[in-house]
Amino acid sequence: MMRTLALLFLLALSAPVLAQEMTLPDPVQEQRARDLSREIRCVVCQSQSIADSDADIAKELRVLIREQIAAGKSDDEIRHYLVARYGDFVLFKPPFKASTFVLWVGPFVILVLAGIGVAIYLRRRAPDESRPADLSSDERGRVARILNEEDSAQ
Amino acid sequence: MRRLLFLLPIVIVAALVAAFWAGLDSTRDKSALPSALIGKPAPIAGLPGLMEGAPPLDLAAYKGQLIAVNFFASWCVPCRAEHQYLRLLTDQYKIPVIGIAWKDKQADARAFIAELGNPYHAIAEDERGRTGIDFGITGVPETFLIDGDGIVRYRFAGPITEPVLTGQVGPAIRALQP
Repeated sequence: MMRTLALLFLLALSAPVLAQEMTLPDPVQEQRARDLSREIRCVVCQSQSIADSDADIAKELRVLIREQIAAGKSDDEIRHYLVARYGDFVLFKPPFKASTFVLWVGPFVILVLAGIGVAIYLRRRAPDESRPADLSSDERGRVARILNEEDSAQ
Repeated sequence: MRRLLFLLPIVIVAALVAAFWAGLDSTRDKSALPSALIGKPAPIAGLPGLMEGAPPLDLAAYKGQLIAVNFFASWCVPCRAEHQYLRLLTDQYKIPVIGIAWKDKQADARAFIAELGNPYHAIAEDERGRTGIDFGITGVPETFLIDGDGIVRYRFAGPITEPVLTGQVGPAIRALQP
């Protein structure tokens, strides 16, 4: 019992904790800092945000974001500051501009092209000849007679 | 027209294969982000000198020369590994190397230099780390090549070992030297 409790306790301690190196006293500002940190890519572990990453530079950027918020900078100003130094890649949501146009619009363009391709293919196909038209009553009579003749011929 | 449409998926796949094949090039530094500072002026201004009695760092003193700026720290293990190769930058490639101690206490950085030797023409300290961030470094060690007009031209993230020097940084230096 005690062993399990101890192990569970240790497990709880090992859960990743948001670094407490510097939290802002104003809870609104602190929340802004956390939200902003989640939008910024860690340049070392590139699939993590700086909020989640243990890298030194991630910690530095978390502190820097808090300093700038405390100094009265807006979220956009802080994003600009980071992009000026690290490039658009540092934002998880790349801005929509000329150089990222292909990135944003590309998938939709491919979807539309594929759709056009399918439509052309369907239009170009010859009308459905695999299924013959229904027989008229005359033709059905003819078929019956032919079959009867064949039966009697055998 | 039908034939063209028929070939389209093959063409698209071939293009993707070519793109992925290029990405498989093992000599590429896959994780390196292109530096956002390339083509922009190096953001060094008046960093205090690290060594006893050293003046603040002034890039104007290097105007007209290609220089290397190397971010290091005493707590950084790969920095220890690359330290001996930094001298080659000066000896073989004839460019002065400026060291910047990043997020390091003055005493620790000085001890690091005293222990491993000083390959630098000048050393500055960036204790708060802001100059490193201004350069857009992803950690230490990181080395930049700055041309005679003070413009950043090249960035290498990671330790400069011998193969890196001959394969990547060296050629970059040669390309930038007049």
